[in-house]
Amino acid sequence: MHRLWKHNIFLEKFWFLQQNARSLNSKIPPTPIVKPIEENKLPPRTKIDQKTIDLLERLSLVDFANKKGIERLEDAIRFADQIRVIDTTGVEPMISVLEDRTLYLHDDIVTDGNCRKEVMSNAALTEESYFVAPQGNIPLIPRDSLLTEDENLDQK
Amino acid sequence: MLSLSVRQISRKLQDGVIVPSDVCTACLYQAEKLKKLNIFVRLTKEVAEHQAKESDVRYTNGNVRSLLDGIPVAVKDNYCTRNIETTCSSRMLESFKPPYNATVVQKLQDAGAVLLGKCNMDEFAMGSGTVDSIHGPTKNIWQSGEKYTLLRNVGERATSVEQVQGCNSTHGSKMVYQELHHLSSHSNKEGSSSPSEEGDWFIAGGSSGGSAVAVASGAVFAALGSDTGGSTRNPAAYCGVVGLKPSYGLLSRHGLIPLVNSMDVPGILTRTVDDAATLLNILAGHDLLDSTTVQDSFIPLDLSQDIDISRIRIGIPKEYNCPGMSDEVMETWSGVADILERAGAEVVQVSMPHTPSSIACYSVLNQCEVASNMARYDGIEFGLRTAENRSTEELYASTRSQGFNETVRGRILAGNYFLLQRNYPHYFLQALKVRRLIAQDFTHAWSSGIDVLLTPTTLTDAPRYSQFISRDNREQCASQDYCTQPANMAGCPAVTLPIKLSKQGLPLSLQLMGQSYREDVLLAVAKWIETAVDFPRLQLET
Repeated sequence: MHRLWKHNIFLEKFWFLQQNARSLNSKIPPTPIVKPIEENKLPPRTKIDQKTIDLLERLSLVDFANKKGIERLEDAIRFADQIRVIDTTGVEPMISVLEDRTLYLHDDIVTDGNCRKEVMSNAALTEESYFVAPQGNIPLIPRDSLLTEDENLDQK
Repeated sequence: MLSLSVRQISRKLQDGVIVPSDVCTACLYQAEKLKKLNIFVRLTKEVAEHQAKESDVRYTNGNVRSLLDGIPVAVKDNYCTRNIETTCSSRMLESFKPPYNATVVQKLQDAGAVLLGKCNMDEFAMGSGTVDSIHGPTKNIWQSGEKYTLLRNVGERATSVEQVQGCNSTHGSKMVYQELHHLSSHSNKEGSSSPSEEGDWFIAGGSSGGSAVAVASGAVFAALGSDTGGSTRNPAAYCGVVGLKPSYGLLSRHGLIPLVNSMDVPGILTRTVDDAATLLNILAGHDLLDSTTVQDSFIPLDLSQDIDISRIRIGIPKEYNCPGMSDEVMETWSGVADILERAGAEVVQVSMPHTPSSIACYSVLNQCEVASNMARYDGIEFGLRTAENRSTEELYASTRSQGFNETVRGRILAGNYFLLQRNYPHYFLQALKVRRLIAQDFTHAWSSGIDVLLTPTTLTDAPRYSQFISRDNREQCASQDYCTQPANMAGCPAVTLPIKLSKQGLPLSLQLMGQSYREDVLLAVAKWIETAVDFPRLQLET
């Protein structure tokens, strides 16, 4: 029986590798099923204003670097807009695939410790047993607007 | 020797034909030789040699720990390795030395495996090409200009598959391995210029590209990747190796530097399905240090029995044929469906209507979780710290702007945009709802009696570097992850395996997806297909 199967498999293989491109298996859709979402069905394209730029840079603590960075965000929003047209009425948000299980909790016992040196070994700057940071609660220094980057460059 | 499977090399070690130290030396030599492919961020030569010597002793004394004992493996550079730099291919972590091992790294070590090095990746695993790394891009081994031979397991009834390979070799019966295809002669025959001539090459895929090339090239016998949207399966497919994304919660994420916590899983890259099962058996199981690992006791897989394929119901989700899919991928998909059908499996078309939304939905969830996860990098406790001293805020901002690449910064900004109070319901909450719809597509398939789903892994064979970088990171991920992403949404296991070579001599692979925690069925079917298609093994010429 086993030999017979092997035999079949090799015949199949021969057939498979020799087959003509035209004849697809009947279960495989011959043309793409997926159609791109039409632009006019999506909400209007988002333009990012200066206020939002300032807010995002403050929250993110990274900057947009240049005008291209803002365009990149607008493209990312545009791409995400596709999900806004999906009907999710009555659908509960799914936060984790383990939602039907109870979360495991540790017993409340100490399992490690005495590793201050290891924990702090990767800090660039320490003093005694403290991490060192410059003074806090000082707002970021405002920068030139990126939205008018081109004009700024022209003026210079 | 370096193209053998874990099982085969393990047999040789047990028989005393070779000792771990020699295997380690050979692998280190191979890794050095392939330096220009940029597989490794760092070779851990001293660690490897030390571990191999210890394994030598275990083989001499007969207290071998596992099938992996003495076998060189590699780990993607987003797994914490004790006292070994773990960079995530980012400037931010360039000099970061974790004081602990990730659980899966520790498990490999406990099993006796030899850690050869850390593998290249896209920065913080954000990418699908292993091109966005501070260490530079990784190149695919296939058609790289390196000379290699293709070996095939030839059974008792060898057929003339050689014609397809465009070369003439002898028909062997009862030969175990048969040389079929010689790269250099093949390229000459085609008369086409190889990519390396134009200063171009085929990408490895990503983000676990280094791990995939390490396994494909014989530098190691198995490697760890990570998989959030396809980062293990995509490079495995392009490099012609087996890539397994296990069920979410089966393997510990402790010490895996997070990208998207609700979807990240450690990935396994090997040359055979059996080897993937071997690694899964070693790595799986509940971890006290990761509360998202499930507590069910894990029953080790045993693939030694052939499955009765006629009792398996295979689903073909029709939405996986999408624009941009190459004819060769379509033919490969169809060909394997035919093989299964003719062997008696029930192959049925199914609909998973929310598949096309997966990438857009993922883009929102990914960027939101990234915005949150990346908040830890502030330059104070670890990682890069710039000289900025005006204020804490300025230090954070300058450190993060210098430490992260454009893609990472862009995702943080976009994530924070979607999380703004005014946008939260329209994007983040909506994405979580769409995620449920995508996951429900899978539930419906399983409840209709489907055992596994068969789909392509990628839309084409490996793209050229020049072609790949002509589109930006986000656009690339949108098409690269199309077939792989939905499994992460649903948390179900998925495996990619190479099927045949494309016209330009690159691997074409397919993906199987199974029910959560049913890796046994998934890999049994994968092994059946692996045997049937007999994809050739690549062996570098010495």
